Amino acid sequence: MAYPSGYGAHGSKHRARAAPDPPPLFDDTSGGYSSQPGGYPAPGADVAFNVNHLLGDPMANMAVAYGSSIASHGKDMVHKELHRFVSMNKLKYFFAVDTAYVAKKLGLLVFPYTHQNWEVQYSRDVPLPPRQDLNAPDLYIPTMAFITYVLLAGMALGIQKRFSPEVLGLCASTALVWIVLEVLALLLGVYLATVRADLSTFHLLAYSGYKYVGMILSVLTGLLFGSDGYYVALAWTSSALMYFLVRSLRTAALGPDSMGGPAPRQRLQLYLTLGAAAFQPLIIYWLTYHLVR
Amino acid sequence: MAFTLYSLLQAALLCVNAIAVLHEERFLKNIGWGTDQGIGGFGEEPGIKSQLMNLIRSVRTVMRVPLIIVNSIVIVLLLLFG
Repeated sequence: MAYPSGYGAHGSKHRARAAPDPPPLFDDTSGGYSSQPGGYPAPGADVAFNVNHLLGDPMANMAVAYGSSIASHGKDMVHKELHRFVSMNKLKYFFAVDTAYVAKKLGLLVFPYTHQNWEVQYSRDVPLPPRQDLNAPDLYIPTMAFITYVLLAGMALGIQKRFSPEVLGLCASTALVWIVLEVLALLLGVYLATVRADLSTFHLLAYSGYKYVGMILSVLTGLLFGSDGYYVALAWTSSALMYFLVRSLRTAALGPDSMGGPAPRQRLQLYLTLGAAAFQPLIIYWLTYHLVR
Repeated sequence: MAFTLYSLLQAALLCVNAIAVLHEERFLKNIGWGTDQGIGGFGEEPGIKSQLMNLIRSVRTVMRVPLIIVNSIVIVLLLLFG
């Protein structure tokens, strides 16, 4: 495309700023990608030098240079504010997925009984991104599953002739509130049981979000095969999800050195895991039974 | 049960208020949950009760001033808009 070298320079500069993370999570595909409708590129004042020779008018050159410097300044300010609340590097780790990972993970969520090795692999004390490790949690599947669930709920309510646009927003916010409550309860449990592993908020959010896949499958089966199909799918996906969660959380809570801790703390962690797993079928049933009357 | 984000905020505010009104001297000491009664040795084993006590004390310390502000705003808004 038109501006490859400018974007390449900016990409390497951006990577040098985040130096301690050696393997880049994403390939730099920003060549030729223009994010602003004005047509001039957003990042880096050095891009302006490549644009200059394309526009013959010196006034336009100055305007483009001025505009791109303003845009880069605004972008830096937004990044600084955003970085104070959410660490973008940690969030990017959860979205570094590819198609093969998503397909295998979905299969694992539906049939986890034959999977042998549940350990998250590390490379030099940094957990491998989901692209290279099937056991790593990701946020892509939960996000997409949540959106699909909201759309599917709208469709199911439309089939029952109970649809209105407010119902869609209500369904989405109800599911979101349940997710927030569950993540808060899990955070409280992790704090009380002094789990020493790196189970951050995003990890718990990822593990809580995997139930939406089961919800979608149950609702789809219920729509296709009636109420009996719904209960069969509910039982199957609930047991698969419970098994998946117990295995994943046990290996994640033990940490990378798999030493565990003293016995009472291990018992607390076991109760926490079992409680989290037992909560899943209840919430799946609660959020979907009104769709498959 | 249809939740909205507003009801979640209301519930969170009420819960944090409930934790903040637990008085240290009159109540927590009487049921053995005072913060100077739980600090055991420097061993590796905090235990669930001391973690809870630490949590209550830190919530009360950290959220005291923001709670005053948020409660005042909510009271004024509820008085005005019902």
